[in-house]
Amino acid sequence: MSQQEEIKFLTPPAFEIKKKKFCWFKKNRIKYIDYKDPVFLKRFLNEQGKILPRRVTGTSLKYQRRLAVAVKRARHLALLPFVTDNFK
Amino acid sequence: MKNQYETVFIITPVLSEAQVKDTIEKFKKLILNNEGEIVHVEEWGLRKLAYPIQKKTTGFYALIEFKAPPSFIEKLETEYRRDERIMRFLTVKLDKYAIEYNQKRREKITEIQ
Repeated sequence: MSQQEEIKFLTPPAFEIKKKKFCWFKKNRIKYIDYKDPVFLKRFLNEQGKILPRRVTGTSLKYQRRLAVAVKRARHLALLPFVTDNFK
Repeated sequence: MKNQYETVFIITPVLSEAQVKDTIEKFKKLILNNEGEIVHVEEWGLRKLAYPIQKKTTGFYALIEFKAPPSFIEKLETEYRRDERIMRFLTVKLDKYAIEYNQKRREKITEIQ
């Protein structure tokens, strides 16, 4: 009976080590998100080409909205796909 | 009162080089005739599209940055819709941060060349 209680994990259970998220645009003092260069915008999209939510990227609301507008413009101009399977 | 605008349009790849040049010339003239002034013209050339437009997978991208009175944009867009060589277009008004960004971007490009 006692062995079961003394089951010790070899490595401490890494439950959600809190990585301090920051707003990439505020930190680098970026004022204008350019819709014309898809390489930069790809960082904020997931594999299917969807826009990553703020809770994942940590960007502030103001810049997330501008980012969304820029991505939608890039999609309109076929610089970014609306939906793909393997994208990055 | 003149605002600064930036328009990007995609020309069908079916055309010959001369025809592509002349469509761009056509729009440049259109801007100049309606008391606009062209700040910068850029041609990205033939690029692969992220998804097929009108069954074509490549397109010729061109960008024109210009200053014009707001009433002119309506004319420009109807001209785009009328011209069947243009597959897609997007006109954007530039605020002061965008203008500053474009200047910096142009300096970088001239440095590279």
